[in-house]
Amino acid sequence: MPDSQKNSPLVLVVEDYQDAREMYAAYLRFSGFRVAEATNGFEAIEKSVLLKPDIILMDLALPKMDGWEATRRLKLDERTKHIPIVALTGHALAGHAEGARQAGCDAFVTKPCLPDALVAEIQRMLASRVGDRKDTKRAPKAPGR
Amino acid sequence: MLRSASQAVQLPAGDIESKLALAEFLLTNVDFQASARRAIDWLASHTGVEQIVVAVEDATANQLLLVAEHGVSSAAIVDFSLSRDDGAHPLVQAMASAEPTFFPRRAHSFRTPIDNVPFHVIPLRSDDGSPAHGMLLTSATGADLHPEVAWVARMLSRQGERLLSRQTVAETRVGQERMLLYSIINAVTDPILLTDVEGKLIIANNHAEKLFAAPEDASEGWRRAVALNNMLFSAALSTSAVAQLEPARRELLLVDPLEGSDLLFELLSSRAKDEWQGTYVVSILRNVTDLARAKEEIEESYRTLRLAQADVRDERHRLDLIIDSVADPILVTDQEGDIVLLNEPAERLFNVPPSAGEPAQRHVRANGAHLTSFVSNVLTRTGEQRYRGEIQLSDPLTGRALPVEGVAGTILSEQGELMWVVTILHDLTEAIEKAKLYERLKQGSEELERKVQEATADIAEQNELLRRQHIALEQASALKSQFLANMSHEFRTPLNAILGYTHMLLNGVTGAVTESQRKSLTRIDSNSRHLLALINDILDITRIEAGRMPLNLSTFQVQELVREVMSELEPIVKRSNLTVTARTRNSLPPLKSDRQKVKQILLNLLSNALKFTPTGSVTITASYDEKRRSVAVAVRDTGVGIPRPDQTQVFEDFRQLDNSPARGYGGTGLGLSICRRLSQMLGGSIDLESEPGQGSTFTLRLPSRPRRR
Repeated sequence: MPDSQKNSPLVLVVEDYQDAREMYAAYLRFSGFRVAEATNGFEAIEKSVLLKPDIILMDLALPKMDGWEATRRLKLDERTKHIPIVALTGHALAGHAEGARQAGCDAFVTKPCLPDALVAEIQRMLASRVGDRKDTKRAPKAPGR
Repeated sequence: MLRSASQAVQLPAGDIESKLALAEFLLTNVDFQASARRAIDWLASHTGVEQIVVAVEDATANQLLLVAEHGVSSAAIVDFSLSRDDGAHPLVQAMASAEPTFFPRRAHSFRTPIDNVPFHVIPLRSDDGSPAHGMLLTSATGADLHPEVAWVARMLSRQGERLLSRQTVAETRVGQERMLLYSIINAVTDPILLTDVEGKLIIANNHAEKLFAAPEDASEGWRRAVALNNMLFSAALSTSAVAQLEPARRELLLVDPLEGSDLLFELLSSRAKDEWQGTYVVSILRNVTDLARAKEEIEESYRTLRLAQADVRDERHRLDLIIDSVADPILVTDQEGDIVLLNEPAERLFNVPPSAGEPAQRHVRANGAHLTSFVSNVLTRTGEQRYRGEIQLSDPLTGRALPVEGVAGTILSEQGELMWVVTILHDLTEAIEKAKLYERLKQGSEELERKVQEATADIAEQNELLRRQHIALEQASALKSQFLANMSHEFRTPLNAILGYTHMLLNGVTGAVTESQRKSLTRIDSNSRHLLALINDILDITRIEAGRMPLNLSTFQVQELVREVMSELEPIVKRSNLTVTARTRNSLPPLKSDRQKVKQILLNLLSNALKFTPTGSVTITASYDEKRRSVAVAVRDTGVGIPRPDQTQVFEDFRQLDNSPARGYGGTGLGLSICRRLSQMLGGSIDLESEPGQGSTFTLRLPSRPRRR
């Protein structure tokens, strides 16, 4: 991990489908973020508490504990409730979006979501949080082409 | 009582005067019998003595002869005979007595003209004391002799002494016979008159007197009636018939003087010649009033009878007409079984003319035999007035079998004897035919009913099957929708990875790519995007069809949405050589609808227009229809256009007009199909106007606010 990235924001990618998870992780690293990974709801809560990520990318359909439940718990926990959560959903239904918002998600992205679009959404979210946080971390610029 | 008509009307009125008149008559009269008659008439009317007889001695026969009587029956006169020699007879003794004798008893052991009452016998003798020449018998008014009776007896004694010595005995005898004759004709109930040829009355009997003479104390009406009767009678006699010696009969209408009613008499008059009195006429009147009435009644009865006969004839005629008009044969047979009456239809069966030929006659005989045996049923069954049964007859002319139903009824006389049998026959041919037809019809109907039942059962079964199929289909449809929804999700996950890694490669995440690698990666990318579009479209259609496409209504400006759509498609527009313009009015009212879906439709329509227009322009116009309160957004291009027959097909699933695998235009072929479905969901429509080579115009129409459905 290069030094330039030591202070870059930490993104927790919660996704049970390995291909997708590693793809997003690879692209986020490529785009200058630090990345942690979780494969289910329990892991997501565990790593959030432990690693205190700057943002969580949360797939909703997860084994053991789904994304909605994990989100609800994270938002009830004093230690983690300030972390913005971007929900990833495969069902582009208004019902799913609403469900995600009720669970405490701050934004949601419909799959399939191109890595570019995902990175853009994460940067947007982090930028809106700049004034709120003491330990402000500069969001990396999107990789230029 | 008999007297001449002239005397009857000359009777003196008062007692003294009449007594004087009687005395005068006796002095001048020379006929003892007439004197006696006149005297006892006077006695009868002035003393109340009821029965009076005058008898005189017939010296030659030594017999007593009755010469005058009053109130004595003619039988008593005829039966009476008394011989002078029968000295023991009380009447002979009384005659020999110097004084009147009183017979006080009602009944006597001897025969007497005055019977059943007490009576006096006064001998008639001359003053010189010679034996009595006669006697006067009077019914008693008391034990003492009535003074007037004594006076009359004295007068008759003198008259007898003066006249009897001169009168021949024969004359006396004739007198008695004449008296008897008078008594007889008086007994006749018919009025009898003896008149001269002019009709002047000589002698009349009692009954005639009632008609032709009135007593002096008669009423005016009575007198006039009597005068009228005399006139009518004279007129009747004076007609020519009286001139004949032959008895003449005629009718004579007279008046009953007492009742005033009309009396009709038959007048039988005949001329008689008498040596002393010349020609005179004897007339007998017979009262035929009742007869005439009876005759009238008989005539009336006869007329009634004739009328009744005419009625019966009419009735019979009507009956004939009626029974002839009945189509069924009717026959009347007597107790012997012989036909006495038959109507025309019956005649055809039982009576054909000899000219009809032998076979016809044979049939008639057979029919007759059948009928006789049928009728015998009602004749032999006592107590039953009716018999019903079938008879097998045949038509005499054609020989065709003729089954008939017969009803035979008996007609009894008032005494309960069988008079006739009436038989009515009814042709059963038609009934039998009908019964057969009915049977067939019933069978047909049953067959039909059975079939209908089978069909109904079939239909019920089919219905049940359909219902189950329907349920199964619904379940299958729901499963299909669920499956497609799941499938599209499952498609996306790997597709997400494909797109993502392709994108990463293209972005040089894994290092630099060669030009040919980039070209291949670009192909992978575009095909993956196409696949993604297909999956999204299928998911949309599935959701719409499953009714799982929710509407999110909001109010927005159409022109703003149009600008948004245009800006989203800006990269494509830039790549094309087309002029794309939007003509929207700011006066458009805001639209209340599902913004996302309207946008989807417009994106689709515009990208289609761009896709299918190689050169020229694409124009978007938005307008508001006040009347329909609808907003119309038209997307017009100058592209390839769509032939008319294909214009409906473009809205169907997976239809692009060019079905070749190497389609030049790309797209899923589901876009218009989804657009139309979405527009319908929003209460609107999409119309297409197009000419091949001239371009197409797709118009989306939406209500400015959703209408309740």
